Amino acid sequence: MFGSITAIGMGLAVIGAGIGIGNVGGKAMEAIARQPEAVGDIRANMILMAALVEGAALIAIVVAFLSNNAG
Amino acid sequence: MRRYILSFICLISLSIFAFSQEHGHDQHDGHQHGSQSNVEENSHGCGHAPEGDFNPGATAFHHISDQNIYNIGPWSFPLPCFLYASDKGWSVFSSGKFHTDDHGHGNGHVAVDGYVLIDGMVHRILDRTFPNGEVEINNHGFHTTMEIHGKEKQVPAVCYDDKLWAVEARSTADGGLFGGGVTSFYDFSITKNVLTMIIVFALMAWLFLTVAKRYKERKGMAPAGVQSFIETMFVFIQDEVAKPFLGKYWEKYLPFLMSLFFFILGLNLFGQIPFFGGSNVTGNLAITMVLAVITFIVVNINGNKHYWEHIFWMPGVPAWVKTILTPVEFLGIFIKPLTLMLRLFANITAGHMVIVIFVGLIFMFGKGQWGASLGTAVGSTLLTVFMMSIELLVAFIQAFVFTILTASYIGAATEEAHH
Repeated sequence: MFGSITAIGMGLAVIGAGIGIGNVGGKAMEAIARQPEAVGDIRANMILMAALVEGAALIAIVVAFLSNNAG
Repeated sequence: MRRYILSFICLISLSIFAFSQEHGHDQHDGHQHGSQSNVEENSHGCGHAPEGDFNPGATAFHHISDQNIYNIGPWSFPLPCFLYASDKGWSVFSSGKFHTDDHGHGNGHVAVDGYVLIDGMVHRILDRTFPNGEVEINNHGFHTTMEIHGKEKQVPAVCYDDKLWAVEARSTADGGLFGGGVTSFYDFSITKNVLTMIIVFALMAWLFLTVAKRYKERKGMAPAGVQSFIETMFVFIQDEVAKPFLGKYWEKYLPFLMSLFFFILGLNLFGQIPFFGGSNVTGNLAITMVLAVITFIVVNINGNKHYWEHIFWMPGVPAWVKTILTPVEFLGIFIKPLTLMLRLFANITAGHMVIVIFVGLIFMFGKGQWGASLGTAVGSTLLTVFMMSIELLVAFIQAFVFTILTASYIGAATEEAHH
């Protein structure tokens, strides 16, 4: 789609976010397995943390997009 | 058993629908060629319109962007246009005047006052000598090269009087500051997105007024009908988002959080309805930006002394750390709403694009062959149904995430000191 180095930048950004969100989700699963009665609280916090991790990746992706259009 | 048979029949008919769309596309191409040769007599100066292969990326972008026409199924409906250019003043007319063909591609073959409709969006012809009034043009995806900011770029063009006339970029609020190209006019039209927001607003107003009336009538009784649907979500946001994050001020911010949640949710879900405009409102950067700016204003107006103290002069850290911390914290004020804006935009846009590209697979692999087209149609219909069910989940999650993050920012700004 974009035949440029931008694609590599976006891919790198997604690796970081993938590791981060994977950690968040994995730890949340462990926590739920330990304490199934706290599933509501854990789920809400998990989504919040995943959203925060995602934010960093989104900024990287948008910068990659912008540099692709401007450059 | 009957249920499985029923869902199988549904799937088959969906596939056949997708396939017939593809076949229709072929016919449409044929039609385009035909009309091409008809108009060639009066437009041979422009040469042939570029044929080109099917471009999935461009098609996806075309389908997720805002338009000046509203498509329901194969029919397109005109919308009012309010255009303002500083050298020309206001032009108000219906986008039906552009005479788009009925296939919904949104290329109008009439120019009105120097404005043309390309891919469903109003553009202005760059050359000011173009005649005013309604002029018949040839608008079949012509392009011409133009110098923008010292670089040669391909811009769309229309053919009139044996000449190619370059058009400006779409109307943007920044006047093309962020690399969008030159624009000299402002588009205040009721576009597809604006109409969708009005429809969702009306639906929400009707829904909540009904529920409110129901509460008055059924005081002290169990909720019934649509009331129980709304109450579940309302109580969830109130108990899981507002109360834990906002502490004792939760009642003050509850209306704002509820408006955000239900507005975003309504727009997300409305955009999921297939063949009904396919509007992508929360996947539009301008709209998520407005939502984020509102959040930014609410957070910073309500920020108390401790909030600002922790940004500009963090207590309890050495002075040399403060010189690093203060710029970071200051940038954080702006980065928080920025990520809010981008998260909603990126999630909804990505979902819509993936669906368009799955449907686009039929055109990429089919290439007019019946067997290949039908095979891919079945496969990509399955993929699309799968993707749409994920998107249904994402619609709820993103509305929830936007609300919970807003609540946590407000909570952080209004928290009392406890150290």
